[in-house]
Amino acid sequence: MTPVTDKPLTKNMRPDGSVVDIRAYEQADGYQAVRKVLHGGMTPNAVTDAVKDANLRGRGGAGFPTGQKWSFVPLGNNAPTPTYLICNADEMEPGTFKDRLLLERDPHQLIEGMIIAGFAIEADVAYIFLRGEYVLAAERLSRAIAEAYDAHYLGKNILGSDYSLELYLHLSGGRYMCGEETGLLNALEGKRANPRSKPPFPPVVGLFGKPTVVNNVETLCCVPHIINHGAAWFHALGRTHDAGTKLFGASGKVKRPGLWELPMGTTIREILEEHAGGMRDGVTFRGLLPGGASTDFVTEEHLDTPMDFTAMAKIGSRMGTGTMIVLDDQTCPVGMTWNLMHFFAQESCGWCTPCWSGLGWVERILTSMEDGQGQPGDLDKLASQAKMWGPGATFCALAPGAAEPLQSALKYFRDDFERHIREKRCPWR
Amino acid sequence: MSMEVTVATVHVDGKSYQMNAEENLLHGCLSAGLNLPYFCWHPALGSVGACRQCAVKQFKDEQDTHGKIVMACMTPAAEGTRIAIHDPETVAFRAAIIEGLMLNHPHDCPVCDEGGECHLQDMTVMTGHDYRRYEFDKRTFRNQNLGPLVNHEMNRCIQCYRCVRYYREYAGGRDLNAFALRNTVFFGREADGVLENEFSGNLVEICPTGVFTDKTLKRHYTRKWDQQFAPSICVHCGLGCNTDVGEHSGTVRRILNRYNHDVNGYFLCDRGRFGYEFVNSDHRIREPLFKGKVVSADTASRQLRDTLTFGKAIGIGSPRASLESNFALRTLVGPERFYSGVADSEAKLVALAIDMLRHGPMRTPTLHEVEACDAVFVLGEDVTNVAPRMALALRQSVRQQPIEIAKALKIPLWMDHGVRDAIQDKKGPLYLATPYATRLDEIATATFHAAPDEIARLGFAVAHALDPQAPSRGDFPLAGEIARALTHARKPLVIAGPSCNSEAIMQAAANVAMAAGAQLMFTAPECNAVGAILMGSNPLSAAFQAVADGEADTLIILENDLYRRAPRADVDALLHATAHVIVLDHLVNPTSEQAELVLPSGTFAESDGTYISCEGRAQRFFQVFVPPIPIQASWRWLGQGAWERLDEVLTAMATALPHLAPARDAAPPATFRMTGAKVPRSPHRSSGRTAVLANINVSEPKPPDDPDSPLAFSMEGASTHPPGALIPFVWSPGWNSIQATNTYQQEIGGPLHGGDPGVRMFESAPSNDQSYFSSIPSAFEQREGEWLLVPMYYIFGSDELSLSAPGIAELATTPHVAVNADDFTEGEEVDVHCGGSTFRVPVCIRPDLPRGVAGLPAGVPPIAGLGLPAWGMIVRIP
Amino acid sequence: MLSTEEISEIEAEAAHYPRRDAVCIDAMRIVQRHRGWVSDDSLHDIAAHLGMSVTDLDSVATFYNLIFRRPVGRHVIMICDSVSCWVMGYDRMREHLGTRLGIGLGETTSDNRFTLLPIVCLGCCDRAPAMMVDDDLHSDLDPQKIDRALETYT
Ligand SMILES: Cc1cc2nc3c(=O)[nH]c(=O)nc-3n(C[C@H](O)[C@H](O)[C@H](O)COP(=O)(O)O)c2cc1C
Ligand code: SF4
Ligand code: FES
Repeated sequence: MTPVTDKPLTKNMRPDGSVVDIRAYEQADGYQAVRKVLHGGMTPNAVTDAVKDANLRGRGGAGFPTGQKWSFVPLGNNAPTPTYLICNADEMEPGTFKDRLLLERDPHQLIEGMIIAGFAIEADVAYIFLRGEYVLAAERLSRAIAEAYDAHYLGKNILGSDYSLELYLHLSGGRYMCGEETGLLNALEGKRANPRSKPPFPPVVGLFGKPTVVNNVETLCCVPHIINHGAAWFHALGRTHDAGTKLFGASGKVKRPGLWELPMGTTIREILEEHAGGMRDGVTFRGLLPGGASTDFVTEEHLDTPMDFTAMAKIGSRMGTGTMIVLDDQTCPVGMTWNLMHFFAQESCGWCTPCWSGLGWVERILTSMEDGQGQPGDLDKLASQAKMWGPGATFCALAPGAAEPLQSALKYFRDDFERHIREKRCPWR
Repeated sequence: MSMEVTVATVHVDGKSYQMNAEENLLHGCLSAGLNLPYFCWHPALGSVGACRQCAVKQFKDEQDTHGKIVMACMTPAAEGTRIAIHDPETVAFRAAIIEGLMLNHPHDCPVCDEGGECHLQDMTVMTGHDYRRYEFDKRTFRNQNLGPLVNHEMNRCIQCYRCVRYYREYAGGRDLNAFALRNTVFFGREADGVLENEFSGNLVEICPTGVFTDKTLKRHYTRKWDQQFAPSICVHCGLGCNTDVGEHSGTVRRILNRYNHDVNGYFLCDRGRFGYEFVNSDHRIREPLFKGKVVSADTASRQLRDTLTFGKAIGIGSPRASLESNFALRTLVGPERFYSGVADSEAKLVALAIDMLRHGPMRTPTLHEVEACDAVFVLGEDVTNVAPRMALALRQSVRQQPIEIAKALKIPLWMDHGVRDAIQDKKGPLYLATPYATRLDEIATATFHAAPDEIARLGFAVAHALDPQAPSRGDFPLAGEIARALTHARKPLVIAGPSCNSEAIMQAAANVAMAAGAQLMFTAPECNAVGAILMGSNPLSAAFQAVADGEADTLIILENDLYRRAPRADVDALLHATAHVIVLDHLVNPTSEQAELVLPSGTFAESDGTYISCEGRAQRFFQVFVPPIPIQASWRWLGQGAWERLDEVLTAMATALPHLAPARDAAPPATFRMTGAKVPRSPHRSSGRTAVLANINVSEPKPPDDPDSPLAFSMEGASTHPPGALIPFVWSPGWNSIQATNTYQQEIGGPLHGGDPGVRMFESAPSNDQSYFSSIPSAFEQREGEWLLVPMYYIFGSDELSLSAPGIAELATTPHVAVNADDFTEGEEVDVHCGGSTFRVPVCIRPDLPRGVAGLPAGVPPIAGLGLPAWGMIVRIP
Repeated sequence: MLSTEEISEIEAEAAHYPRRDAVCIDAMRIVQRHRGWVSDDSLHDIAAHLGMSVTDLDSVATFYNLIFRRPVGRHVIMICDSVSCWVMGYDRMREHLGTRLGIGLGETTSDNRFTLLPIVCLGCCDRAPAMMVDDDLHSDLDPQKIDRALETYT
């Protein structure tokens, strides 16, 4: 076994951007975790417990405890069949570019994670739901899946064990809603990607009405390492109780935009200043969206907050996907908010009123504000719409996601909004 | 609330209510009479939580003052639930939802067909939203031409998804769906074109605003409040769906569904909804004619009397005339000179059905109960085209077994999409044995397309597989499977009827039902076929014989075109041989054209009476408006002054025919009053009434009297909800749309206050003799050079009256012969020789037809009257 | 008519699902890969092949942005208009493309060479602004880089 690493997710990745093929992956002790599970006499429950003990929380944005999700799936002979495992590789959250790296550079890590997760929930069939634009990832994943089949990591009786798993790659027709796990189920069934009512929850009634677990790429990639090195090691990787490492990223006008595997709980400041190199010359920091488009803006005062699920929630934001988008002083906060609302309005599935109606309205208000036609009552209208997207008010989490940047922009950049209305123009134009 | 349900105490705004614990809070609140706005929910469709309009505040416990917003339709009415409707934050939320729905909604209420009976209007008022803050352009759509029945105006859409959920998920339609996304979802077809589903008209009521409206109403539009209504019964098949009929200025303007929990629930078929226009037809008989000349009503009456006095008269009744009219004719000519209005074979089959339902061990379910049956075997009936609303019920019945999956997963059944996600496209057992493929085949477990005798033989084999005592001939691999499905069902059902004109099929069906302990339902060919047969009469052929034998020289034909009952040559001979032919009918037809005396008889909209449906349910229909003199009910013409009012006819009938006495109770008598007043036929807002005749006289004329019913031709009367049989239209304060139906029910989706309309004339009374039928036909054999011509039914085309409705006529099938053969090519003209007649029709290739069997469209002139099935020849034209 | 190649590709994908209509999105993508877009005729053919109604299939087609129900040029440019690219100069890139090609978003050049479409975040935020031309990702865009890139597509 290679020495235990503090960057398990990216340790195999090559600087030239080429893919780790099955030989290289195996040489780096790849598929050892699968062997440990299948040949080491681990039960599905034992695998789930290991993941629970590690406190692996979903990297798709919501941070739901992964082991707990798995444990909702009925196991045993009386369980409905087939059971499905789905890797959510839809990555369409604006500002997010972490899963693409994992998919393009080390696809076998994901496949191994899926085999283990599949074993834990006694899945018969697994799908990777990949966004349609990820062409390179699709190529590399297809090849990796074929390699894995050839090496008997997939298919009937994997490595001679009793466990069988078919793994298919599905390319999305495109829509942010396909990333929402129940919208994803509908998309995979060849339907419109409207979300489904919960209950019933996917682990009970999922794809084609069967028990289904949906996990994010990064979540699944953590699994082999937890199996190999144990819960204590995984906890030790993180700086806070939300264990493990996390792919953190930064985009916007920073010196070195990029993606880094860092301990969970690394502070925003450290990511921004040390890893991203701070702001570019000539611009100053105004705020950032910590983890994709659907997280609340944070500002200077929050920079020492550790990036993890718990701490970020405490400051009224979310870690989300952990890829931050930085707003600088040369960029109009109203324009940025408009851009975000434009995105959400475009991607609203059209199911529930507050979302499809409210987002369209908010986008138009912001457009007019940018065009110098803002009206005095506009901010109240914006605030009241954001309220209409609160949890429970909408059918799924898309609109609540849109509420976060809107309400926080209104809070932190209120002067800028008012200036637009007062001066009847966008001061940045 | 019915007794079996689990009751939960739910606290709403500090008051406690008893609610059905198996339902959601919206259902509970509405059932409790609390006003809570909603859009995407519908009692027949369940909850999907899309519109977010029904928001309430839910509190964890008494201490919780904060609470959280939940959708009432998505929250169970669990014991101890605490909610607030009037909490300010929630009130504001609901108003804001309406605001959102209205952003793009046009300000076109004054020109919108839905105006005044619009659920969106009602809900907007209910939430108090009254000011548009949206200042931008509205989105606009292009509308589609969806055919002659349903109008499309997409700009009014509020994206509640009810239309597609109803059309696709409930009714099984495949040509209406949602397109695109965000705030531009378009609901329509892939391209312009006639909506294919036979239940498309319900979109008019399902849509909460004016996107889908009644195109037939549009052509002679009148606001709801300016229509005069009466409760009615559909005349276009034997199921007896309940309707409300709206009239203005002497024309019927539209048909609305009238909720009857036991029968049609919330939905009608398109034939029933749009067939009404025959009432307004140019082919109406509006004046009495004697020898082709218009005469006065008095002259006509005198002529009728004289002919009867001096001639030897016999009467031919009608399966589409009311019990009362048939009884009046029977009384007039005397029971021994009263003849059936249907061909002998059909009369025999309907009589057989009645006999089995009265004396057999098998109960006949209500249409509502059909929905709950969990394994169904249909023998010989093309249900969609013969008894359309039953097909919609069967589409629900195939969900019954799969729904058990959802139940086991503890998904509440009202959680519509949760249930559908769980059961996917699984369907419970439905077996169809028909001569040709039917629209229900797509949801059937297995189908069997064969000649009628083979269908009967399959039935006998199924009965035998269920009980070896039951006789059988021949081997049918499918029989065992069907038997197993029926055995494993909790509520098995067998459906048959006279469509194939086969006694053997009906007997086989009875054997199956007996052997399976299943319920048994027979379709009936016309709206009062069961009533007419129950009344008793001599066979129709005997009438032909009586004339031929010179025993009769006068023929009174009640609402009947004999050319639909017997071959053309026979009817020609009959009418020729009869000295005096008297016809009472609504529309000119080949029979009336040859009558000496023609009496204009009131349609269902212009008269009162009772029909008995295939279920054996006697139901009353009421005059909607006073037709121009001299049109009147047939029973009035025939009563010859003996009876002044309907109730007198009913009393006389009860005395003469005690077994028909229960029909009197189909509705309250004319003396019935609500708080001392009659039931108004017009909404209290009726604006036109005082103005319509103002050019003649500003003082308003006295409304006509109605001696026959407790309904008044007026907007004045009892303001409370009348009993089920007397509901002319639905309205409650704040509820102007058809959704006001909620307020007439004991519990939402349950029985009407005071019970559902109609009385069942018989319940099965098992006789001791429960032996199986045993005359099993021999196997069908093809004949060289001949075809077995079977009737093929068409929802648009096979029914006589609706064919005179322009919208239906446009969609109706045309004469043709359907064959499964390489011998012919699609569209080529052939001569069909059958029963002495020959007619030239185009060929339609139907690969689903069995070899040696050809189909002719039933009821379509000139094919009507042939008496199918029959052997015939199809000859190519050289 | 679907080609045999298209049919065999569709059937290969269909084998991955328990229900035939589940493959409809893959089927449309396959046909689009062969023909550039999903015409009404293709839609009818796919629907018939899968036993779906055309209406139901179009309902799905019109939901997804990567299924083109209108013809596109030989090459499709998808320019990311999401937040990171917007911050990094999306507007300028779009304007440049617009003047260079003489078309706006959603339009096709008169020589049918390019169609320009906006796209949601391409997951290339650290190298924004970004665009895809056909299957190729182009990042760290500036006008010169765009010009050079476009030259390689004929
Ligand atoms: C609108 C919307 C889009 C989403 N998109 C993604 C996505 O692209 N990838 C993803 O992994 N999760 C996405 N999610 C979160 C998923 O619903 C789900 O929580 C996640 O895939 C679960 O995986 P995890 O438990 O491993 O985090 C999205 C959620 C919403 C509401
Ligand atoms: S919040 Fe509502 S409309 Fe928006 S994406 Fe979710 S379900 Fe669709
Ligand atoms: S009626 Fe409850 S959300 Fe629509």
